[in-house]
Amino acid sequence: MEDTGTIVAFWILALITVGAAFGVAAVRNQIHSVVLLIVTFAGVAGLYITLSADFIAVVQILIYIGAIAILIIFAIVLTPRAGRLNQEGFMLLPALGLAALVAGTMIFVAFDTSWAISERDGFEETATAIGDLLLDKYALPFEIASVLLLSAILGAILLVRPEGAEEEIE
Amino acid sequence: MDSVDLEHFLVVGALLFAVGLYMTLAKRNFVGVLIGIELMFNAVNLTFISFSRFVESAEPLNGHIFVIFVITVAAAEAAVALALAVLLYRLRDTIDVDRIDLLKW
Repeated sequence: MEDTGTIVAFWILALITVGAAFGVAAVRNQIHSVVLLIVTFAGVAGLYITLSADFIAVVQILIYIGAIAILIIFAIVLTPRAGRLNQEGFMLLPALGLAALVAGTMIFVAFDTSWAISERDGFEETATAIGDLLLDKYALPFEIASVLLLSAILGAILLVRPEGAEEEIE
Repeated sequence: MDSVDLEHFLVVGALLFAVGLYMTLAKRNFVGVLIGIELMFNAVNLTFISFSRFVESAEPLNGHIFVIFVITVAAAEAAVALALAVLLYRLRDTIDVDRIDLLKW
């Protein structure tokens, strides 16, 4: 990818994404942390667009920003006395060390390996091809995913249903 | 800085993954742990998509299919895990993972 627009877009989006991700871990107010998490999700969606993954970018915005971030905000406001400080426990130093080690290893591997780079251009549009693959080659995992989502919905409802909800319905 | 290659995206993915790993291990609030897991999911998805874009393959769109399934499972996981957080708060009045030690021997 050598056109100037893509390069500028990549560097801006990468800085926003990584900076917001560090902010998510560093800010002391949990609501601010979720706001920065939304910025991170949007930055990743932008990176998907620079990678010519248009369908995945839209799915990222719909599901991560539209659903998961809202769920996390709900979980925070439903636990009002739990402490909003976004603080670390006794694992702070081991976790920092392990995260630095993992990042260092992955960056070293990324530069050290000679990947089989292809010279083709980006995808024209992906939604049609993804739909074909999902309903043809990957039809079974697609159906299993729908059962998984149904059981997750039912499980979540069952877990947070208040005590004695059956009597109220009757 | 005259072109953007696979390595650049892999570095962004590695940094996102490291931040997510750190949050998952170190945060005391259960919701903070979940935010870390979501960051790690995003890092993995970004890596999948960049390999799908750059690496030689007979069927380059398979990476996109993987990401769709990862997003589906992540959504199911988030719904159940946040329901567990709310349930835990009702039962114990805290979602501090250091103080949830009911199963500790």
